[in-house]
Amino acid sequence: MANSPRPIAMIETTLTINGTRHEVNADPRTTLLDALRHHLGLHGTKKGCDHGQCGACTVMVDGERINSCLALACMHDGDEITTVEGLGQPGNLSPMQDAFVRHDGYQCGYCTPGQVVSATAMLGEAKRGWPSFVSDDLDTDVALTTQEISERMSGNLCRCSAYPGIVNAILDADGQQPEGEAGAEIVNLVLEGAQ
Amino acid sequence: MKPFTYERATAVADAGRSAAIPGAAIIAGGTNLLDLMKLQVETPDTLVDVTRLDMHAMEAVDDGFRIGALVTNSNLAADRTVRRDYEVLSRALLSGATGQLRNKATTGGNLLQRTRCNYFQDTNARCNKREPGSGCDAIEGLNRILAVLGTSDHCIATHPSDMAVAMQALDATVEVMAADGSSRNVALQDFHVLPGDTPHIETVLEAGDLITAVTLPKPVDGSFQTYRKARDRASYAFALISVAAVITIKDGRFDHVALAFGGLGPKPWRDPAIEDVLRGEEPSTALFGKAADVLLADARGYGHNDFKLPLACRMIASVLRDASES
Repeated sequence: MANSPRPIAMIETTLTINGTRHEVNADPRTTLLDALRHHLGLHGTKKGCDHGQCGACTVMVDGERINSCLALACMHDGDEITTVEGLGQPGNLSPMQDAFVRHDGYQCGYCTPGQVVSATAMLGEAKRGWPSFVSDDLDTDVALTTQEISERMSGNLCRCSAYPGIVNAILDADGQQPEGEAGAEIVNLVLEGAQ
Repeated sequence: MKPFTYERATAVADAGRSAAIPGAAIIAGGTNLLDLMKLQVETPDTLVDVTRLDMHAMEAVDDGFRIGALVTNSNLAADRTVRRDYEVLSRALLSGATGQLRNKATTGGNLLQRTRCNYFQDTNARCNKREPGSGCDAIEGLNRILAVLGTSDHCIATHPSDMAVAMQALDATVEVMAADGSSRNVALQDFHVLPGDTPHIETVLEAGDLITAVTLPKPVDGSFQTYRKARDRASYAFALISVAAVITIKDGRFDHVALAFGGLGPKPWRDPAIEDVLRGEEPSTALFGKAADVLLADARGYGHNDFKLPLACRMIASVLRDASES
């Protein structure tokens, strides 16, 4: 059979990203991640594995966290997307972003946008009473313990292994007392000095 | 990813007709299909997007609980009725994948997941499932994660779903609409088929068939329900072996017994012979051993996965002991 390349019909897709409406005219193969980064210049969302294994590309669609690498942009026509840029900006950080800074919740920072978006949406899931696999009782609402946070965040890998700081940042953003953390005092001194 | 034409279905009947055309594939959550398209394991000419169809509802019905095919794994796991009456299903769903993936993955798509066999996913390897007749590199290969029950000389892949294992223990029924608009119900037990010499055929679905819902029968009153999963990581890993159990004990003896297993076979595994051995008997270590013997009577290890046989014995005993002490 002749393998003549078929012309690819572009698809017009409307996405509302962080409250602003955007039109994307793209090959249907374009993932939501590539639409954000390559077509719209929103580079906050990161490409790690591109197979839904690392979570670096996490965004919210209509308030729910998903892997934007495993979503076709054209399938999200009309949807509301929130990326890390929509959570906060330098000088006006969201409580979760601020907590990641204060608790040293990153090292190289590549996974951080995904971690922050995922954690923000995860707190919303917990507030709605969603259980997790480590919840003892599915009938009652669950407190976000360290173990609960680790389970609920297992879709976000950190190759630098900044997990203790990430968990403490999430505990803090949830209004809980973080666990004892090495270096936290130094981070706070540095932050105070910078102000 | 190979180029494809994108179509958005606006009516259930249209979706089936579009998907019946050779080379077309239905897409819903896409968490498995897009992954495989990136690897060029799947190369559809046309994607039929069914996510705008009206199949998102969960509802109590006369004889049980009906789950629309597009209900996400997250919403199903978090549903208060499911958590109360079908705990094994909620637990199984929560044991699978990640928060992000469960928000996308759908009930229908979960049933149609492809195997996680490394050789199926590697287009340089021989695989009868991906390329019928090419051979199977898994049988002599690194087969640690693969099946010990229901295999053939052509394929030893496992079905990766957790959800389907729980649904198997719950006697679920799959609602299917054909391209001509007619509906039929298929017991989940009959939905997936063994590989035999046609491992590329995984279900009884025909071209143009669309899963519209899964129905669970009324809950088993007072049942002990659990989903036990052994895996290589504490979270976000497929089952090496999993056990879904729905059990009642009456007058010190097993009464209702439903056991289904993941990670052992090419389909969510349920063997009524195990349940026959247990029903009406008093729990004991010897009885648990007898149940394991029945489960593994025709089991066969392929080298790297030999450990699954003793592990399955321990897991079935552990689950039955928990049920008897509940």
